[in-house]
Amino acid sequence: MIHAEGLTKQFGSITAVDNLTLDVEEGEVFGFLGPNGAGKTTTVRMLTSLISRTSGSAEVAGCVLGDPAEEVRLRGRIGLLPENVGLYEAQSAGENLAYFGRLQGMEPSRIAANIERLLRMLELWEKRDLPVATFSKGMKQKVAIARALVHDPQVLFLDEPTANLDPAAAKTVRDFILELKKERRTIFLNTHHLDEAERVCDRVGILRTRLLTVGSPTELKSRIWGRRTLARVDRVTEAILGSIRTRLGDRRIDVDGDRLVIAVDEPDRQNREIAAAIVAAGGKLRELSPVSASLEDVYLKLVHEGGSGS
Amino acid sequence: MSIGFPLLVREILQSSPAVGPTVLIGFIDAFSFWFVIGGAMLPTSIASYSIVGEKVEKSLEPLLATPSTDGEILLGKVLAALVPTMLAIWAGAIVYMVLIDRFTAAALGYLYYPNLTIVAQVFVLAPLVAIVAIEASVAVSARVQDVRSAQQLSGLIFLPLILLYVGAEVQAFPLNTTNSLLLAGALVLTALALFAISRRVFDREEILTRWK
Repeated sequence: MIHAEGLTKQFGSITAVDNLTLDVEEGEVFGFLGPNGAGKTTTVRMLTSLISRTSGSAEVAGCVLGDPAEEVRLRGRIGLLPENVGLYEAQSAGENLAYFGRLQGMEPSRIAANIERLLRMLELWEKRDLPVATFSKGMKQKVAIARALVHDPQVLFLDEPTANLDPAAAKTVRDFILELKKERRTIFLNTHHLDEAERVCDRVGILRTRLLTVGSPTELKSRIWGRRTLARVDRVTEAILGSIRTRLGDRRIDVDGDRLVIAVDEPDRQNREIAAAIVAAGGKLRELSPVSASLEDVYLKLVHEGGSGS
Repeated sequence: MSIGFPLLVREILQSSPAVGPTVLIGFIDAFSFWFVIGGAMLPTSIASYSIVGEKVEKSLEPLLATPSTDGEILLGKVLAALVPTMLAIWAGAIVYMVLIDRFTAAALGYLYYPNLTIVAQVFVLAPLVAIVAIEASVAVSARVQDVRSAQQLSGLIFLPLILLYVGAEVQAFPLNTTNSLLLAGALVLTALALFAISRRVFDREEILTRWK
């Protein structure tokens, strides 16, 4: 549904997105993670034909970027929730959605049906005639998502949909994205909320101007973070560290107080070896358990170390 | 304007009953030209806000993400300012004509309105002037980064019309049929040129990425 090949955007001497190659399948929720200024919004703007690319190529929803006629067609097949919702505040939720339905060239009956379906899903149907200016931030965000969906787009681009929302409003928006996921919508989600990406996305890509890695959250955790075992002992000694390395070979061992975090390849076998190594070195083993990494660990490791996970 | 000018004419007639028809008609025609000037004044606040206002309110990006082309967006902005302007001018002109006829029928001995002059002013010159003013304002709005600058710059647009008005009053450029046709032709050419300029200065990428 989205295919980008070597997509690059430069603003003068500054490279905002560098050589991005990416595929997003139909029905997939793809999360795009990265720190501020990583190029996430620029990527979305390129993929939605709002700005041109410096080099590379991309095809979104069957339309090739760069051809003006194709780009007009593309904008009828995608929905965009920009970082700033940009609703017409003096108009009601219904009027905002109807206006964008008309801009998409929809039949009035289809506009009315879609508005009712979306506003009921978002629990805003009862407030459809109230000016948007009277809505809370979360409600406005929901109206803006409905606006992006009013014409049943093939691909939905959401740029930081829960940014600046309180936890309750963010949860409402996140739940709605999960509802859309059940409908098998193709969603490209820009976010720096890692827990959100982990809960919602089938795959994530981590961007810092360059695409550092792509994969499912589980795959990334395994590939980037690796498997690790936590061993808590009464006191960490050189003898214990040496004993573990003797039995398991040279490997990464992080020490934090009385805790050892040891990289393992085969936890079932090697955890027994670790326990034996600690006891053999005169240590007292208090706890031995697998360490489960979060997507945040993976993200921080990649973004701060700047390495590639591929 | 529609009520004030006729009341002024009535005052003139009441205070100087001997005023001749030529002087009286001179006043009436001079006042009616303000409907042409109104074509430039009325829409500029809407038109100058059109692009920069959407940018300030952050509503431009969703609009640009629709299949609307640059030309369609600009045409929409022009019509949004033109339609209410023309409705106001036409309604005002009707009130003006009715009141002028009521106050001057006895002095002139006939109903001065409707006549070809005001039809040309209200249905030809005023719409053309409005279109030129709106297109210039939209072009300004697509280039500046805040609403106040857009409105201040757009306010300059009706100055040439004031010069034209003064020129007509001192008979340097009398608005007779020939000159009115010349003026209309110049306005049509200006409107076409400005629409082309608006499309060139409406740079989506610059608006989205450089404007703060």
